[in-house]
Amino acid sequence: MWFEQVLFFIAGIGALAGALGVVVLRNPFYSVLALVAHLLALAVLFLLLHAEFLAAGQVVVYAGAVMVLYIFVVAYIGGSDEPLRPEGGLLNAFGPLFAAAIGVELCIAFIASGLDALDTRGADVGAGFGSPAEIGQLLLTRFLVPFEAASYLLLVAAVGAVVLARRRRGLEDIGALEEVGAPPDRRNPPSAETTLEVRV
Amino acid sequence: MDIVWFLVLSAFLFVIGAAGVLKRRNPLVVLLCLELMLNAGNLALVAFSRMHGGQAGQVFALIVMVIAACEVVIGLGIIVAMYRNRLPIDVDEMSQLRG
Repeated sequence: MWFEQVLFFIAGIGALAGALGVVVLRNPFYSVLALVAHLLALAVLFLLLHAEFLAAGQVVVYAGAVMVLYIFVVAYIGGSDEPLRPEGGLLNAFGPLFAAAIGVELCIAFIASGLDALDTRGADVGAGFGSPAEIGQLLLTRFLVPFEAASYLLLVAAVGAVVLARRRRGLEDIGALEEVGAPPDRRNPPSAETTLEVRV
Repeated sequence: MDIVWFLVLSAFLFVIGAAGVLKRRNPLVVLLCLELMLNAGNLALVAFSRMHGGQAGQVFALIVMVIAACEVVIGLGIIVAMYRNRLPIDVDEMSQLRG
């Protein structure tokens, strides 16, 4: 199965490179693009593990929808290059050290777990393993409660995002008007939209 | 491929994500690094699901993807609110949550 191994190494290197790109690149816009590459490589790895539905979901939902949201916010905020931390900061020095310690710990855990099946290619599975039919059946029978809870969670998150990012008629606008020194009427003519938001 | 290769790869990805969370200051990039960590966990879940031949791990990974989407939506909402309130876009400056 040399083809599988070659594919694994290509996708694995792609995933690692994408992850490193997210961390190393200074411009947030490029970080988001690196994450898209990482997610696509991860979808290939999911396919190698017979998780077809999950790979498709990864590409469509994650690399598609969620990343578009990121791109919008980066474009809205403005992808400014962040300044580096001041030199000699405690977190700056110890952050990568802590991360490396986690890595060593995880590798020790894999080696010492004593799972015999780790060195095999996995259990024998049928042709339908990981297909949308089987995952869908599991979601609607055995995992019905988590499925419904996830749907409510998505609803709550959507409402919460609208509430958080709503344009508030609050202190910040008054402060801005005072800075400019313009009369409120000329700066913000009362429109239907603002009155509606005030009422809300 | 042996399952252990996938697990080691997921450990590396998790470590890179953790290093990013600790190192970067832009909250957008911190959110991206959290995504990296969640995806590393997903890869391990799917690898274990393949090892056992059961699909529960894949359903779990699917739920993790939903959680990640919710986290992204809320995090980006907070970042947009920070931008609107003219607060510095920097996690070091943001030490309290108060509307």
